[in-house]
Amino acid sequence: MSAVADTHAQDHHHGPAKGITRWLLTTNHKDIGSMYLMFSFAMFLLGGSMAMVIRAELFQPGLQIVEPEFFNQMTTMHGLIMVFGAVMPAFVGLANWMLPLMVGAPDMALPRMNNWSFWLLPAAFLMLVSTLFMQGGAPNFGWTFYAPLSTTYGPPSTTFFIFAIHIMGVSSIMGAINVIATILNMRAPGMTLMKMPMFVWTWLITAFLLIAVMPVLAGVVTMMLMDINFGTSFFDAAGGGDPVLFQHVFWFFGHPEVYIMILPAFGVVSHIIPAFARKKLFGYASMVYAVGAIALLSFLVWAHHMFTVGIPIFGQLFFMYATMLIAVPTGVKVFNWVATMFRGSMTFEAPMLFSVAFVILFTIGGFSGLMLAIAPADFQYHDTYFVVAHFHYVLVPGAIFGIFAAAYYWLPKWTGTMYDETLAKTHFWLSFVGMNLAFFPMHFLGLAGMPRRIPDYALQFADFNMVSSVGAFMFGATQLLFLFIVVKCARGNGEKAAAKPWDGAEGLEWTVPSPAPYHTFATPPEVK
Amino acid sequence: MANNQTYYVPEQSKWPIVATIGLVLTLYGVASVMVNGSQGESTDGSWFIFLIGALVMVYMLFGWFGSVIRESRAGLYSPQMDRSFRWGMSWFIFSEVMFFAAFFGALFYSRVFVVPWLGGEGDKGSSAMLWEGFQAAWPLINNPNPEAYPAPDGVIGAWGLPLVNTILLVTSSFTVTVAHHALKEDNRKKVKIWLGATIVLALVFLGLQAEEYVHAYQDLNLTLQSGIYGSTFFMLTGFHGAHVILGTIILIVMFFRIQKGHFTGDNHFGFEAASWYWHFVDVVWLGLFIFVYVI
Amino acid sequence: MHVHVKRAGALIAGTLLSAPALADWTMNMSPGATESSNQVFDLHMTILWICVAIGIVVFGIMFWSIFAHRKSKGHEPAHFHENTVVEILWTIIPFAILVIMAIPATATLVDMYDTSEAEVDIKVTGYQWRWRYEYLENPGTEGDPEFGFFSNMATSRDEIYNRMDKNENYLLDVDNPMVVPVGKRVRLLLTANDVIHSWWVPEFAIKKDAIPGFINEVWFKVDEPGTYRGQCTELCGKDHGFMPVVVEAVPEEEYTQWAANLREAAEKERQLTEKEWTLEELVERGEGVYATACASCHGDDGSGGGPFPSLRGTPVVTEDVDAHMDIVVNGVSGTAMQAFGSQLSEADLAAVITYERNAWGNNTGEMVTPKEVFDYKNQ
Repeated sequence: MSAVADTHAQDHHHGPAKGITRWLLTTNHKDIGSMYLMFSFAMFLLGGSMAMVIRAELFQPGLQIVEPEFFNQMTTMHGLIMVFGAVMPAFVGLANWMLPLMVGAPDMALPRMNNWSFWLLPAAFLMLVSTLFMQGGAPNFGWTFYAPLSTTYGPPSTTFFIFAIHIMGVSSIMGAINVIATILNMRAPGMTLMKMPMFVWTWLITAFLLIAVMPVLAGVVTMMLMDINFGTSFFDAAGGGDPVLFQHVFWFFGHPEVYIMILPAFGVVSHIIPAFARKKLFGYASMVYAVGAIALLSFLVWAHHMFTVGIPIFGQLFFMYATMLIAVPTGVKVFNWVATMFRGSMTFEAPMLFSVAFVILFTIGGFSGLMLAIAPADFQYHDTYFVVAHFHYVLVPGAIFGIFAAAYYWLPKWTGTMYDETLAKTHFWLSFVGMNLAFFPMHFLGLAGMPRRIPDYALQFADFNMVSSVGAFMFGATQLLFLFIVVKCARGNGEKAAAKPWDGAEGLEWTVPSPAPYHTFATPPEVK
Repeated sequence: MANNQTYYVPEQSKWPIVATIGLVLTLYGVASVMVNGSQGESTDGSWFIFLIGALVMVYMLFGWFGSVIRESRAGLYSPQMDRSFRWGMSWFIFSEVMFFAAFFGALFYSRVFVVPWLGGEGDKGSSAMLWEGFQAAWPLINNPNPEAYPAPDGVIGAWGLPLVNTILLVTSSFTVTVAHHALKEDNRKKVKIWLGATIVLALVFLGLQAEEYVHAYQDLNLTLQSGIYGSTFFMLTGFHGAHVILGTIILIVMFFRIQKGHFTGDNHFGFEAASWYWHFVDVVWLGLFIFVYVI
Repeated sequence: MHVHVKRAGALIAGTLLSAPALADWTMNMSPGATESSNQVFDLHMTILWICVAIGIVVFGIMFWSIFAHRKSKGHEPAHFHENTVVEILWTIIPFAILVIMAIPATATLVDMYDTSEAEVDIKVTGYQWRWRYEYLENPGTEGDPEFGFFSNMATSRDEIYNRMDKNENYLLDVDNPMVVPVGKRVRLLLTANDVIHSWWVPEFAIKKDAIPGFINEVWFKVDEPGTYRGQCTELCGKDHGFMPVVVEAVPEEEYTQWAANLREAAEKERQLTEKEWTLEELVERGEGVYATACASCHGDDGSGGGPFPSLRGTPVVTEDVDAHMDIVVNGVSGTAMQAFGSQLSEADLAAVITYERNAWGNNTGEMVTPKEVFDYKNQ
């Protein structure tokens, strides 16, 4: 796709500063990318430990470990932390590290704002997590925080939660603006839009989605704030409002949000599969159009999260049809990945293992998504463990496996050292088995009738819950291995990495040495 | 795309971290004012935190924008940098549009669906069995539960102050454009006159808007608490007003920068961004005028 | 017939995977007990099999490729990277499959949305954390309630906290189930008193949110008498997991008799308000009311816990009677204390207030009569 004429990474800047100020005051996209990734992993462990509390309580019927109030706080915080603290920052971290390297730019377009985007996140999560210690406890109304449970009936800490969401929103919007400006304005000469790497494309579209929907989230939490503290009646029928209004506005944000969490993973996988199949990505143009189509459709399908709220039948039918349509571009992507592997020359290093698992398991999540799209059938699936299984299948082996694949793929570039392949494969297989053990039985639980977000369940659900908990503990514990692998690699403990450690890899990022110098592409390369 | 100047990547900067501290203190302060206030506890400490945060924010704004202005005037910014700023500002305005879209959406949904349903019409009309005596109407001058949400005695008509305000804002959009053209011609005296006129129009608008609020609260009993009409009315006009205040401050800053001799005929993105923002505020008002006041 | 073939398929699939303990390892949806639920089950199985078929084809090609086209086997990469015909085909074929799926889905949905011609109307109101069922006069017209009752979970706290063996209907049992006649179109008018709840009985394929301030309608017609169980499926706070739904479908004559008894009981309830009560009678009645309505938050012995205040010797139960009545009847806004005025009868309200003022050492000797509560509510 891109042959490079000028690969000189001329460096007339200084290297990194010493000590803590390097991180506090930095304007360097690589430093900021690393901070995002480290923050994201810390949140992944925090959100994960909350999941462990949930699964421990659900190990057996009856209440053993936590009370229902605390259980609800755990499910809420687990969701919020994983969505806003783990998955989104991880992709922003990857964007920070890789976008300038992939488009041949010296840095992100607006480097100081970039640092602000990052530092707002720890601050926002400090505020969010501090609600756990407030009077009345943390938010306990689920990560979707439906009114009026979250307004009239919410704990006092809800106001802090709202402002924490505002700060995260500011961070995301600024991050997305930076990404768009970088991609549209900082590409190396010769890199036309249709020559851009897929990860760049997917992030361009993700950034557009972020800017379009994060303000809507800010709007809906602001309405909550007003209902709670200033007596408005947006979500109260007594004043002519409607609790369902909350859901409409929330899901107008929420559905694009789920694509925000998956599109960059599509991009990552579209690099890794060709690299390890040693064959060009099949159907590049249709991949780009498919991502665009998915993004546009994502604005028209929000009410499929609300099939049981009693929207009028024409609305119900419209949202059902529109949702089913998403299967078409998504299918195109899966077929293209398979066609890329087809008649390639494949090897299965850790990034490829995670990517192949991504394709298979994300597709399973897609199938259950298609089933959920069928409104009458959704009456049976809605708010049961079937839904929990569905979105964990698209988020864990989707988003999170995508992130692991990216991390293993680019770690040599970041650190200059190869990670330990044996350990990484162990990490993959334990994650793969643990994850399926944890989430596959949830399909059965849902179909058999187990509602979600309950701390205790009827006896017929006992066996699969136990299996699921065992799988969850296995998956959770395995992630400490990932930490070990990354630390080992970052400390230079391993084989030295070449500038291009993977035979089949393509792109500008492989034209700079490993580890990538502190400043790269001060003079833009020429792309033919 | 090729240009000879290299792209300016700033050295380390303390402003992002200062801005983080400022924003978090401000919002933490506001939140604890609300929470402590609603529980009848003292809010002095919370106000103090808020105040410190706000001061840090002001310090940051002067400092951060100050260094950007210095760098720009030192000629460090290439045309490519200028394009980054343009993309940044356009997408920021787009995000603002989407923020208002949430509130306009709430207005449409409440008005077109919710209120008729509660009054017994449409697909969910059986909901009326829960609200005996409620008549659907817009503007909503009785509420489903008048005890919880006392209805207003009246609403603000479109053809009085709001019409005057519309004329003021549209005119101000026009004057700021004239000022912009004058700046392109490097006619600084003309810039000052027209920019000054824009600021005056903005301040008059804000004054009239304040008067309208006083009238609504004192004479019409139209408040945030008077049901969905009051909620959407004040949220839309209130957030718009807040944006007008911000836009006015930006214009005033531009006035002082012109005064100090900043900007040239072909390099004045700061001014241009301010005028973009002002046009955005104007367009939102036109939406408000039509959907909140007229229809 | 169609249904039976698919049920058999599902059953075989289930059996193959987990022969020994089928009852516990339920893997699939139940075809249910109504025509609608059968249609939904059909749809579910159709889509499932379509997905399985697509999955076998796509993953089949992929796995074959993974085994055959590896570098370790010396496979050289091909050079193709696009093919317009193939790409158009795999856009159009999935679209066609979707159209095929959409047709039965639309038909089923239209049918499920048609709530006309109701023969029994029941207004269902979700409370934190119980259901109230009110049977309305003149079905099909949104008439006034004739009689109604609350339906509380019957599972004891000892079972939940593992101090006692769990019975087979653990968490799925209520004190007063909804009773409906078989073979009649029953319409439910769903709403809620506080937060959003959702009423679900899997065997009817009915799940509909109960939204405060609005009415949602659903209908069902059960043909087989029996007990059908479900749960609240919208997170509604602390005890969301503990508000089951139980519907008993009975033959028509039995239903008529049952309804007549309840109508009569409702009349007696009205009389109870008029009756002269003694302190002992009220305390005795109040103890039962307390256990179902108050104990889950304030504790069996009134000691409270967490955000829930203690009722042992605290001012609210020992000082001003009117203030106490106000809290119980109107609730405390912004807290979890609900307004019980509309949930409990005057007799029950009076009894529980009297009980609280005289139990656990709160020996005020004061009593509140149902008539006083009635007057208080109507002042």
